[in-house]
Amino acid sequence: MIDFGYTLTRDRQFDYDRGDLRYYRLVRSLEPSIDLCIGCGSCSATCSAAQFTNLNIRKLHTVIRRGDTTSIKAGLRKCMFCGKCQLVCPRGVNLRNLILALNRAIEQLG
Amino acid sequence: MEHSVIVIGGGVSGMTAAGMLAQQGFNVTLLEKEAETGGHAARWDRLFPDRKKASEVLDFIRKGMSRVKVITGITVVNITRNDKEFTVVTRGQVADGGSQMADIPHPASCILLATGYELFEARKKEEYGYGIYNNVITSAELEDKFRSGSPILTSEGKPPARIGIVHCVGSRDEKVGNLYCSKVCCVTGVKQAIELKEMYPASEVFNFYMDLRMFDRHFEELYYEAQQKWGVSFIRGRLSECAENPDGSIIVKTEDTLTGKPLKMTVDLLVLLTGFVPGRGMASISAMLGLTTGADGFTNSADSHTLNNSTEIPGIFLAGAVKGPVSISESIADARAAAIQIEVYLNSDKPGND
Amino acid sequence: MKPEGKRLVWNEYQKEIANDNYFYVRSCVRQNFFPGAEKTFLRYMKDMGRNVFENPSHTTCSGIGYHSDIVPFETAMTMVARQFALMSEAGYENFVTSCITSFGLYSEVLETWEHFPAVEEKIRGHLRNATGREFVKPKNLAHASDVTFKLRKDISKAGKYRLINHITGNSIRVVEHIGCHYSRMFPNKGVGGAEYPYVLIGMIDEWGGEVIDYPERRHCCGFGFRQYLVKANRGYSVSSSKKKFDSMKPYKPELILTNCPGCPMFLDRWQYAISEMEGTTYGENGQGIPVMTYEELAGLILGYDPWDLGLQVHQVPVEPLLEKMGIPYDPAKKFLDINGNSMGKPKPPSAMKFY
Repeated sequence: MIDFGYTLTRDRQFDYDRGDLRYYRLVRSLEPSIDLCIGCGSCSATCSAAQFTNLNIRKLHTVIRRGDTTSIKAGLRKCMFCGKCQLVCPRGVNLRNLILALNRAIEQLG
Repeated sequence: MEHSVIVIGGGVSGMTAAGMLAQQGFNVTLLEKEAETGGHAARWDRLFPDRKKASEVLDFIRKGMSRVKVITGITVVNITRNDKEFTVVTRGQVADGGSQMADIPHPASCILLATGYELFEARKKEEYGYGIYNNVITSAELEDKFRSGSPILTSEGKPPARIGIVHCVGSRDEKVGNLYCSKVCCVTGVKQAIELKEMYPASEVFNFYMDLRMFDRHFEELYYEAQQKWGVSFIRGRLSECAENPDGSIIVKTEDTLTGKPLKMTVDLLVLLTGFVPGRGMASISAMLGLTTGADGFTNSADSHTLNNSTEIPGIFLAGAVKGPVSISESIADARAAAIQIEVYLNSDKPGND
Repeated sequence: MKPEGKRLVWNEYQKEIANDNYFYVRSCVRQNFFPGAEKTFLRYMKDMGRNVFENPSHTTCSGIGYHSDIVPFETAMTMVARQFALMSEAGYENFVTSCITSFGLYSEVLETWEHFPAVEEKIRGHLRNATGREFVKPKNLAHASDVTFKLRKDISKAGKYRLINHITGNSIRVVEHIGCHYSRMFPNKGVGGAEYPYVLIGMIDEWGGEVIDYPERRHCCGFGFRQYLVKANRGYSVSSSKKKFDSMKPYKPELILTNCPGCPMFLDRWQYAISEMEGTTYGENGQGIPVMTYEELAGLILGYDPWDLGLQVHQVPVEPLLEKMGIPYDPAKKFLDINGNSMGKPKPPSAMKFY
């Protein structure tokens, strides 16, 4: 092996065909309203944790639905469980339960 | 002299207006360039939002047309005006005359232009590979398949396990010269997503959209149903390109704008929601009559709020998609409005009404 | 795949390419990486009976600087104006470039002047003040691959070899790669447009090869200029080429054909670099996928000696392809210079085969 002075850059294009949908499927079985999200961002806008950390709850659960599970654990830890997200969701997604379900998924699947 | 009306265009709006005017006692002739009336609606399987059969709507409209004189298989080659009367010259094959064509003049006191629209030619979006990759079809072709009743298969003869539906093909697109929104494709995409899930409950269906235009009553509920009951996935991101795998499946690239990352996935079948474009035949008719078109190429009415079925030319009326993208229910309402205004116009012209 | 669908697209993008009497401008770097390429172009143009003129005092178009944010557009336009002045002074009106980025820059400049005539006047002033020269815009601007495309049937007729495996009789499977600046900016200035460019496919079709379409066909090889010039960024460029290689692998290509000077350099060299960094090789038996420019391929078709074309400096060995096509070559002469003296031998790579 030769070191030419540079390294290969990781391909950041998300390949859906290689995603891990187990987390999504487990969460959906516990909280089916996850499918109702329209990506409006009301939850992230009102989120208490988002004012001081980079938790983006809208992005987090969208990313899980794609099968991209790299950022869940770090994100979830920041949630205060205050319930503001659930209060404002226009589609009626049960976000508090969704977060609990996500925790359960992490426990079970690692 | 009895007033006569000529309706050019035998689609939903033309037939609706013709039938209503004939029932009111006017002498109505309907001219249609194809061999049969029905327009684009004759090609659809089920209509949004309630999924009734398109044929039901056409049957209803046709029932009201018993007094209309219908001439099919002709093109309009000239329209001239002489004071308050018009003459429409049609060209068509002579009956039992082989390939011989004949020009026939039709006199009229007024003309209703219900010439409709055409579908955007999907192959103009070269990057989507329509006409090149076998498993890329249009939404109209999907309706053909639904109507045929046979199961929908990929070009390799298998049921698709994953289907992609692409919104905004040929609309809202500067590259193909159509800046406008075709309005009804979004709800069509949601409807077809549900229909595909009904046919193949185990399949995955993805709608790739920029915005979701659920503009009319029950449309938003249809979107809700697609997500909640059927598990259709909606990815907000416009497809940039397609490529073909060795097994014939299609690789699509989009940005998942809601997560901010470029995304690629393989689908077995890709459906392109092609939009409305102005009908080619209207260019010559507009020129003959001196009508104006908007920047989008559709024909202008005298006023979009208050005189939406009239034109600047007394006696020339408009109904339906000739004015721009419109749904079938709106087209029917518009045609009935045009019929009433034509009736008012013709009655105001009766001798003794000064 | 329905090839007729692509044919419809190609028919819509037809381009006017001049037939003879070309003023030729060279690439900054092509002769460094592919020493025989431009010489071969001049040789087969002469063999096809065409007149190609060069002025040795022509310079770079400065595209390499413009695309690295070092040369401002006004300077680049003035350099381009001088090139045009040399062309009109020599009595020519057909301009042919060796480099794809040049072609892109000349197209961009001409298009700018067409929409903003005041800018053109300003550049005329600059050129006059700097050099005293006046210029006339070329009547026809083409890339050397366009000209080769135009002559592909003549080359085929005069050719001794074809893109066919002479043992099995099958067509050679070819991946074609078009330089980004060829048609992406102005699709109607490229043969076949931007989505399905035809300039190289036309040559491959005519010479008997089989064209492969693969998912990352459109992806840039990573050359760029602005990011590549800094060594620490180079991994980013190499990763772009790697993405292409990984994508074309299942289709088993036997040759990559390009028309830009930078792309073959990347696609050839990075196969070696990737093999040394990761141990991954592409192609059959760790041989890599040979990469050629259209000049080199035309030269092979016409029966020119492979070592006269400069194929010995390719890092992915071309010998397996020569053997497939039945083209004879003398291995002993590979590393001898034009006078027959030894040039020395490169150190063999650790993961790729070496001839």
